[in-house]
Amino acid sequence: MKVTLSIQRSDPERGGEARLENYDVEVKRTDRVLDALMYLTRNVDGTLGYRRSCAHGVCGSDAMRINGAERLACKTLFKDVVDRSGGTVTLEPLRHLPVQKDLMVDQSPFFEKFRSVKPYFVPKAEPTGKEFVQSQEERALFDEATKCINCAACYSACPILDKNPKFIGPAAIVQAARFVNDSRDKGLDERIDILDQPDGVWPCESHFECTRVCPRDIKITKLINLTKRQIKKARAADGRETAEGK
Amino acid sequence: MVHEFDAVIVGAGGAGLYAALEASKTAKTAVLSKLYPQRSHTGAAQGGIGAALGNVEEDSPEWHAFDTVKGGDYLVDQTAAKVLAEEAVRAVYDLENRGLPFSRLENGTIAQRRFGGHTHHFGEGPVHRSCYAADRTGHMILQTLYQQCVKNDVTFYDEFHVVDILLEGTRAHGVVAFELKTGELHVFKAKAVLFATGGFGRMFKITSNALANTGDGPALLARAGIPMEDMEFYQFHPTGILGMGILITEGVRGEGGILKNREGERFMERYAPTMLDLAPRDMVSRAIMTEVMAGKGMRGDRKIDDYVMLDASHLGRETVEKKIPDIADFCRTYLDVDPAVDAMPVQPTAHYAMGGIPTDTHGRVDTGRAVYDGLYAAGEAACVSVHGANRLGTNSLVDLVVFGRRAGRHIAEYVRGASAPREFANATDASRAKIGGLREKKNGAHVGPIVQRMQEVMMTQVGVYRDQAEMDDAIKQIQELRDEFKEVGAQDTGDGFNAEVLNILELESLLDLSLLTAAGAANRTESRGAHSRRDFPDRDDDNWLKHTMATIDDDGVVIDYKDVDLGIWEPKPRVY
Repeated sequence: MKVTLSIQRSDPERGGEARLENYDVEVKRTDRVLDALMYLTRNVDGTLGYRRSCAHGVCGSDAMRINGAERLACKTLFKDVVDRSGGTVTLEPLRHLPVQKDLMVDQSPFFEKFRSVKPYFVPKAEPTGKEFVQSQEERALFDEATKCINCAACYSACPILDKNPKFIGPAAIVQAARFVNDSRDKGLDERIDILDQPDGVWPCESHFECTRVCPRDIKITKLINLTKRQIKKARAADGRETAEGK
Repeated sequence: MVHEFDAVIVGAGGAGLYAALEASKTAKTAVLSKLYPQRSHTGAAQGGIGAALGNVEEDSPEWHAFDTVKGGDYLVDQTAAKVLAEEAVRAVYDLENRGLPFSRLENGTIAQRRFGGHTHHFGEGPVHRSCYAADRTGHMILQTLYQQCVKNDVTFYDEFHVVDILLEGTRAHGVVAFELKTGELHVFKAKAVLFATGGFGRMFKITSNALANTGDGPALLARAGIPMEDMEFYQFHPTGILGMGILITEGVRGEGGILKNREGERFMERYAPTMLDLAPRDMVSRAIMTEVMAGKGMRGDRKIDDYVMLDASHLGRETVEKKIPDIADFCRTYLDVDPAVDAMPVQPTAHYAMGGIPTDTHGRVDTGRAVYDGLYAAGEAACVSVHGANRLGTNSLVDLVVFGRRAGRHIAEYVRGASAPREFANATDASRAKIGGLREKKNGAHVGPIVQRMQEVMMTQVGVYRDQAEMDDAIKQIQELRDEFKEVGAQDTGDGFNAEVLNILELESLLDLSLLTAAGAANRTESRGAHSRRDFPDRDDDNWLKHTMATIDDDGVVIDYKDVDLGIWEPKPRVY
């Protein structure tokens, strides 16, 4: 079947307004949107800019807005998006990050926030030459957060970042939660002063947009709310106030 | 711009990151990746990492080493296999101690599952050796290693694509890299350079590999005159998603999944009576193609793209969602199939290069005739050789952590005693001319037709089954495509974020490696491991128990050989 890909083109380096450019492509209903993009760059227009790698939804390179919603181009089949839009599929870059060219955005602010939450293991105990023992129940507590691929779909969809660009954003909180809930890690003690900031967890208003767009089906809003409760509990135990509302 | 480091690591997958963690402890180290590190293809590995922890049942590194040698059809260097199996145990504990969230047994230790070709007591029956984190073990390894690099403040140059090596005789002095953001060429002077650029499955039409898996490291060194080892041994994983090649982990069969033909028959009973569906990958892929050619594929049309079914529905909803959740997600997304209810349509998919840059067990480039100073390789880009003619499942992750770590340690030691890297006058000239040339041909040919023909030729003529006429024709066609490639131009003449230039350079890598693969295959007149010939169906130890060393030059490919280390086990017929 024939579809029209309406792709936002821009090259800030050379100036000029962003514009939508249309490409007619012959596709199968079960083709990925990425397949059509690859076809275009290899055969029609080599100047199209986008990132891609694994092509099956595990590397996080090709998050973009497809018909207005954040998705991975390699995990979106045409049959999922064409019927409702009458044969036109609009592709735009993620929001909240500066556009570099066409569908490529500068992810450095996103990764800076990722790095800020100590997204690495800080063990409670010294290694013994074997594994740290962890029960299946303890392992299950942080399983969901380990699925994150840092594709930044949630960061683009989050309405809070419209009004507060300093908010660390959903993905960074998921990364923190992955360690906060790991029984082997020093957890919240190590990260509470980072998360309990005015631009830490508190700006989230539970709009659930992050959860809705996450290509890894992580219940992000739930994790954020869990983290808020854990912080309140820890602060209360110390007889201190949180930074909520500050 | 010119940078100077003790060590430069090219590639930020598992091998590169592990090497960087080790080397950066004492040496000034930079990691260059054409991607963002978290996008590397290590993250797509699914089923597990093999190590004889013995958490479920008795196991030993010696059995693991033997399985690796036998699985590789005796083309494995046996001392290296022993190193692999012995250091695997400590590597897995080290990863766990760095936070890797392995799945757990009831007693809280690391969970282990069965995997193809892994046995107890030298082949008596399958063993639980694969340490796993559901079906996203590679993702966890990549994330854990990257997290550790963040913790240790390792220096990264993201989206820097290495385009040239600074070599003087047999010593490396650095690399030249193309910065995607600016289009600028950078010189990275270094006492030591490690290539950990991963595989090159994109030379085939149906592949589990990422679009970025274009073998840039091996291709670049091949163009610099360094021979590539055992390129004819390319693994087809038996269970790729029909038509797309997306991997369905062997762990599905490890958990009890069964392959069936159109008659509903569990056909592996006829091919591997002991190991059944858990025979090594080369054997299972051949079994599938044999069924297809006998008209027992699902369509029954005997065509090369017919398929069989992988049935995991009897495992039940809970096992599917717990043990193979990502597989279930892929099947729902791409096939509209729920594996807890229905069987999955599968076909062999190009998966892993056993061959690559020849190295010793420290990761040093070793051609058999010369050991290079300051030049290293690790991971899928390298050929140690621990996989020989066919890699066992889980051993790729073992390879990259064991030999990534060993290379990193050796680099740290080497740079302490090495003199400063030499100045190279005009180091960037060749690369500048090449990339500039692409931009001058603004109305040149597109890459599309060349990519398509290369992938079809390699898939149909240098695939699971091979014969002389088809391979000779493939070599001819790849040579034609290499000529056509000279007419390719970049429409994008801009400097910043010119991804088209990268795409073209990636195709050049794939064409060179396709030629080496086809030429090595056409030259080897026997069947061994993943190299199966209709016209030479038997293994021929008298003439072919040796590594191929293939060098590319203007006229084609020159073949030489290197001895196999057979120090421990006598080659025997390979039955499962």
